[in-house]
Amino acid sequence: MTDLAQLLVAGISTGCVYALVALGFVLIYKATETVNFAQGDLMMLGAFFALTSSTVFGWPYWATIVFAAAVMAVVGMTVERIVIRPVLGHPAFTVVMITIGVGYVMRGIVTMVPGWGTETYQIPTPFAEAVWTAGGVVLPVQQLAVIAMTAALCAVLYVFFRFTRIGIAMQATSQNQLAAYYMGIPVRRVNMMIWGLSAAVAAFAGILLAPVTFVHSNMGFIGLKAFPAAVVGGFGSVPGAIVGGLIIGVVEALAGYYLPEGFKDVAAYVVVLLVLMLRPSGLFGETMRKKV
Amino acid sequence: MSAPILELANVEAAYGPVQALRGVSLKVERGRIVAVLGANGAGKSTILKTISGIIEPRKGQIRFEGEEIGGRDPAWIVRRGIGHVPEGREVFPFLTVEENLRMGAYTRSDPEGVARDLEMVYGYFPVLKERARQEAGLLSGGQQQMLAISRALLSRPKLMLMDEPSLGLSPLLTREIFGIISRINREQGTTILLVEQNARMALAVAHYGYILEVGRIVMEDTCENLARKEDVQEFYLGVKAQGVRGQRRWKRKKQWR
Repeated sequence: MTDLAQLLVAGISTGCVYALVALGFVLIYKATETVNFAQGDLMMLGAFFALTSSTVFGWPYWATIVFAAAVMAVVGMTVERIVIRPVLGHPAFTVVMITIGVGYVMRGIVTMVPGWGTETYQIPTPFAEAVWTAGGVVLPVQQLAVIAMTAALCAVLYVFFRFTRIGIAMQATSQNQLAAYYMGIPVRRVNMMIWGLSAAVAAFAGILLAPVTFVHSNMGFIGLKAFPAAVVGGFGSVPGAIVGGLIIGVVEALAGYYLPEGFKDVAAYVVVLLVLMLRPSGLFGETMRKKV
Repeated sequence: MSAPILELANVEAAYGPVQALRGVSLKVERGRIVAVLGANGAGKSTILKTISGIIEPRKGQIRFEGEEIGGRDPAWIVRRGIGHVPEGREVFPFLTVEENLRMGAYTRSDPEGVARDLEMVYGYFPVLKERARQEAGLLSGGQQQMLAISRALLSRPKLMLMDEPSLGLSPLLTREIFGIISRINREQGTTILLVEQNARMALAVAHYGYILEVGRIVMEDTCENLARKEDVQEFYLGVKAQGVRGQRRWKRKKQWR
């Protein structure tokens, strides 16, 4: 029983990271109908910025989060403006290949930056090795903090999308771009801001992931696990991305403990297959036919 | 007569190699309802999209209140005072009715004015007030059309472009919608440029009309006069001249005079 509780918490905390990366996939997909395969690498870059502000500038943990998110927002907007916007309207395949290319470039750049390189680093966190015991269940504070911070971020994003003018405009733009133009919403600028937002969320995910996998130039490959999370949730649904991430995290944790060696790594994909067989549009797939 | 609020001069537009507008010139006088009639693919919607800045004109001028607006950014054009009710409603399906309306007011920064205009459109369409908190995708087709009109009104347009407001609506609902279009024009002083396939309805409501065929204006006149022309009656209103024996054995040619 205590095993199960600990596994669940561990799974949920990993799932949170998947969820945030998946959220980035979904936001960009809804806005520009592009799957951004550089999402994992944006996360990696964000983690490196956090690393620098923490170890070189010596800033406290919270300041590094704000700093990394802000820098990555600018990076995300720049990538959209310079690389993605000129190719929008070309076949989806072209755009996808370009995002993959952007990912490679980022990994390349990171290895060239002095102080980053190909080494593995650790970002100091205030939670370190502390544990929290309750009735025989031993829970690392680290994992609880990841869950709490993800929940807080989701709450902030919810309020943002639901109640602010620009947040609602982002929703409107991804639901019907043409109508958004007719309303006088600056569609291109809104799409750029969505890229910035997903990159900032990715940076946040990178910081949360740092204590688990450490910071190195290939940590972005976790994007390959977050992608199934987005699919499970029904690509194009924000709550779906979160739930999908949590499901994959938990399933992976349970598979790693109860099933033979090796199942952990394929668990995510097995979940995707099962979900797609039962619900082809994903758990939260939004389908609404146009009324005539 | 004062200067027209909108003036198109020799506007040409194309979708890739397909030329949709072949030199369209028309004028919309302030405070009027002007209708553009035409069959499928005549280029009616293209005219409106070109005015809204969604399509860039290849040639020609579009002047709104004396200012050239051809090829400008759509958001800039909305701020100038042109609202667009798109063909097929195009509401934001997962936003609530009220959020849809607030998006219509996106370019405005006077909360009291927006609140006043919300009450105004709820006055025209009480059903929208009842369903203000529901997602727009759950509305019926007619209600979505009402929402699309209201949403465009919320930008306080001087000129409203309406693309086929009767599309897919029952005759009764069409009459209701056109009645309200007329009222909006009278009570708010909004100039309206209307594009329609339902010629009978459009001619009844509008003051002035243009007939568009394959990207060209072939006829223009007041709507009363248009409704009397034989070609219009035959090809747009479905009134057929009868032969002596009660049947017709010839095919009428369009004369456009």
